[in-house]
Amino acid sequence: MSGKGLFGRIDWLTVFLYAFLVFIGWINIYSTTLSDQNASIFDFSTLYGKQLFFIGLAFAGIILVLFIETSFFERFASVFYIASLVLLLGLFLFGKTIAGATSWYDLGFFNLQPSELAKVATALALAKYLSDIQTDIKNRKHQLYALIIILLPALLILPQPDPGSSLIYFSLFFVLFREGFPIYYLGILLFIVVLFATTLMFGTVWIAIGLGVLTVLIFTFKRKSTKVPLLPLGITITLSILFSLSVGFVYENVFEQRHRDRFALWLSLEKDEKKLEGIRKTIGYNTYQSEKAIESGGFFGKGFLEGTRTKGDFVPEQHTDYIFSSVGEEWGFMGTFTVILLFSFLFLRLIFIAERQKNDFSRMYGYGVISILLIHYFVNIGMVIGLLPTIGVPLPFFSYGGSGLIFFTMLLFIFLKLDSNRLKDGI
Amino acid sequence: MKKLLLSSIIVIIGFTFIGRLSYLQLFRFSPDQILDDPAIKKIYDYPERGYVYDRHGELMVGNQPAYDVMVIPRDVKPLDTLEFCQLLSIDKTSFINKMARARRYSPRLPSVLVPQLSKEDYARLQEKMRHYTGFYIQKRSLRYYTTNSAANVLGYISEVNERDLQNNPYYVAGELKGRTGIEKQYEEVLRGRKGVLHIQKDRFNRDIGPYKNGKLDTLPEQGKEIHITIDKKLQEYGEKLMHGKRGGIVAIDPKSGEILAMISGPTYDPALLVGRDRSKNYSKLHYDTISKPTWDRSILAQPSPGSPFKTLNALVALQEGVIDPSTKFRCYNGFYVGNTKRGCHCGGGVRDMNSGIYQSCNAYFAGTFRKIYGKYPTTDEGMDAWEKHMKSFGLGQYLGTDLPTGSPGRIPNRAYYDRAYGDNRWASSFIISNSIGQGEVAATPLQLANMTAAIANRGYFYTPHIIKRIGRNTGAIDPKYTEPRYTTIDREHFEPVIEGMANVYKYGTGRWVQIPEINIAGKTGTVENFVRVNGERMQLTDHSVFVAFAPVENPKIALAVYIENGYYGSRYAGHIASLLIEKYIKGEITRKDLEKRMLEKTLEHEYAKPYSGEPFKINEYVW
Repeated sequence: MSGKGLFGRIDWLTVFLYAFLVFIGWINIYSTTLSDQNASIFDFSTLYGKQLFFIGLAFAGIILVLFIETSFFERFASVFYIASLVLLLGLFLFGKTIAGATSWYDLGFFNLQPSELAKVATALALAKYLSDIQTDIKNRKHQLYALIIILLPALLILPQPDPGSSLIYFSLFFVLFREGFPIYYLGILLFIVVLFATTLMFGTVWIAIGLGVLTVLIFTFKRKSTKVPLLPLGITITLSILFSLSVGFVYENVFEQRHRDRFALWLSLEKDEKKLEGIRKTIGYNTYQSEKAIESGGFFGKGFLEGTRTKGDFVPEQHTDYIFSSVGEEWGFMGTFTVILLFSFLFLRLIFIAERQKNDFSRMYGYGVISILLIHYFVNIGMVIGLLPTIGVPLPFFSYGGSGLIFFTMLLFIFLKLDSNRLKDGI
Repeated sequence: MKKLLLSSIIVIIGFTFIGRLSYLQLFRFSPDQILDDPAIKKIYDYPERGYVYDRHGELMVGNQPAYDVMVIPRDVKPLDTLEFCQLLSIDKTSFINKMARARRYSPRLPSVLVPQLSKEDYARLQEKMRHYTGFYIQKRSLRYYTTNSAANVLGYISEVNERDLQNNPYYVAGELKGRTGIEKQYEEVLRGRKGVLHIQKDRFNRDIGPYKNGKLDTLPEQGKEIHITIDKKLQEYGEKLMHGKRGGIVAIDPKSGEILAMISGPTYDPALLVGRDRSKNYSKLHYDTISKPTWDRSILAQPSPGSPFKTLNALVALQEGVIDPSTKFRCYNGFYVGNTKRGCHCGGGVRDMNSGIYQSCNAYFAGTFRKIYGKYPTTDEGMDAWEKHMKSFGLGQYLGTDLPTGSPGRIPNRAYYDRAYGDNRWASSFIISNSIGQGEVAATPLQLANMTAAIANRGYFYTPHIIKRIGRNTGAIDPKYTEPRYTTIDREHFEPVIEGMANVYKYGTGRWVQIPEINIAGKTGTVENFVRVNGERMQLTDHSVFVAFAPVENPKIALAVYIENGYYGSRYAGHIASLLIEKYIKGEITRKDLEKRMLEKTLEHEYAKPYSGEPFKINEYVW
């Protein structure tokens, strides 16, 4: 055991990256929510004042986490998990509805969003289950249990409705992949997604033709010696075409018009330029405005508090999901580049830390943390810069919101706490 | 592999994001996106709209200041509402409503609270205004008319609408644009060009100075004054004579093609379409679908021309060489088309060209018309020749004037009759009515006046126009208005026809309206007409038509008068024409009793007939 205390053993680089991101996030919340009634930054009636308060709470959370015994998290992982499932179930009875989604408990001074809590709990529970000495990732039954742990909260969150938060849980598959879950599952998933999108874009006939061409190519360019597995190939092609056929049905009958509009916009399905423009100005209004705001920033940006589109409230929900557009407008490409760099650096650093763990639980939990943060970052920024369809998830450490900030912080610092103890584990 | 999966995904995502951001912020970014930037406010500096003068330099249209009371709801402090309402002469409920509407529009932006105060109200309000924070007075400019006539000639201006904004990027919502008449035709000259100031705003929406030090700003360009060819006095006098009558009058100076007067009855005071009651008045005028005051009959109405058209048929016959002035036709108080007789009012007997014109003999011109066709082997070819001559007088086509509206009239041709009756299913008997200006021919008063000018000039005319000069100095007008347009009739053929027209006054159908000391050449016309009221076709009292030019030796004015349901040609149209000629040439009227009669007589009783629902008589001889 090294002679250094807790504060010597914690990974300060990560702490620094975290603090920097939270700071930049708050600066941008300040800029987007500042009104012309000039108030103190500690005025808790303003959104930036509230966020400052949440940052304080998060700091208290950090202290709490750092002083809790390390083994506590592993030991009580199942309890957390079950408690969060109960909380999610309880929403059906006691939930508070905000903006159409019943996702909150009203605690008076604070609205608690249990789906945020459940992210931490699920990451812990999955790590605990997988690190169990009896669990074998190659075993189909154990794979199924792992899937259930991941999908149960997702299923409870879906009908709130909050499809964005449900989507987050799928990221935990990366933990499974790291631990030996066959990677070709990912390939299949990717293939299905591509098949879905291309079917919408080109139609089943072209998909069938494409698959046919692919088969011909395989036979033309295969080495004489290799044998083509005819049966699996045939089954794959048949299933693909059947899937492709069902896509049309699902798209027209299961999806609602607003979903169809989002896809129509994302994949440019609507060929009528006028109608597409109409969708862009209505369904795609947020994306249109946020792209415009980012675009107008140019290389250097307009400067702090000088973002005219930010000031004019042109981008809806800018302090929450669209906070990144404020970075784009006021800080320009320099700002957005820096933020992307910081996030990428943070993730790579966390992978590095996860890989140096000697304890399986710590490593698996670390991967859970990275997966959850990464998918938020990917979906959120992808949406804000117009690469992905509109899915409402917050940008970690940036977006306004108490539950989000506090639980992302807890998520991260539990991992840092585990990491600070790695040498002890090794003994 | 499994350890590298997530790392490579992170790197790929990072590169994708940076690629997209480079596209947005480096490639698509352009530094001069100020058009849609909400932080750059544009302030417009509007030049004064140009004045309009008549041909003698008398002011017709100027500008007057108007005062709007503006409000910025956010800045309003508690006030004595009752006193304020009294000052503005509005009641309290409407004040509350207007304030609510302004707040709804925007609490920060100015709204008009009370538009266009009178000078008197403004004077009372001005000194008390400082007590009311949040309110201020904004001056703006309205049109001011020194005449209550020529409404349709001058036209009006109104705020631009959606369509204008789409069609012309110059305009910004709330600006004014010429809608009809001169205001529309010479919009760009009168309007000038507004100046633009770009103001940079800070995040509190405060001005923080010019954007880029005013590099993109422009100065306003003054609107130019224009002088039009209208004779204000003649125009006003003509409109007085039109009192209670419907119809159109156009007077042209044959030596230049300048339009001296363009009168449409009924008309209205142009000042009605300015100021606070503008929209109320506009609705009233626009929705009067029976007398149609906004429909300019002088250039839009296209009735059959009637007998004045006979002069052209005489000219065509002379040019084609099918008759000479002494060729005679017998009138049997009418003439025969196949077995049917068509009537004539000339009194019967043998007619040559001179008496054919001044007694307006239908039989003479039917005969003449037949001879024109007789010259050619087929009616088709005869028709083509006739059409070519008629069109050379500017009939059956748009004249190319500088008026924003107009009608082409109609000279029926082969294609027209083929369409109406079928190919080869018609012959000269179908079209014989055109010989006397009835049937299918149609012409606007402007075209008739122009045709008369061509006769007065003995064979050519200038495209009628209304612009005299643009700007303070004599600027050249469009050269197309100073080039003569020749008709297809040779000069020598005009004298016999003009002699006949002069005799109309001396001995013929117009002898009642002679003017001492002025030789007039004219031609009366009495046009049968039919209308459909509530689906029922009925014949109304004939239209009274008169064309004339004077003096015969050195024509100074050529005009056409068309009075709806005025009965025979010399009754209303002839009188009015002779009064206008005297007014224009002598400057005063010697025949006071005639003038008095025209000023007082109205035709309202005629216009009421078809709507009375009772049987009525037409063409009553009593005055």
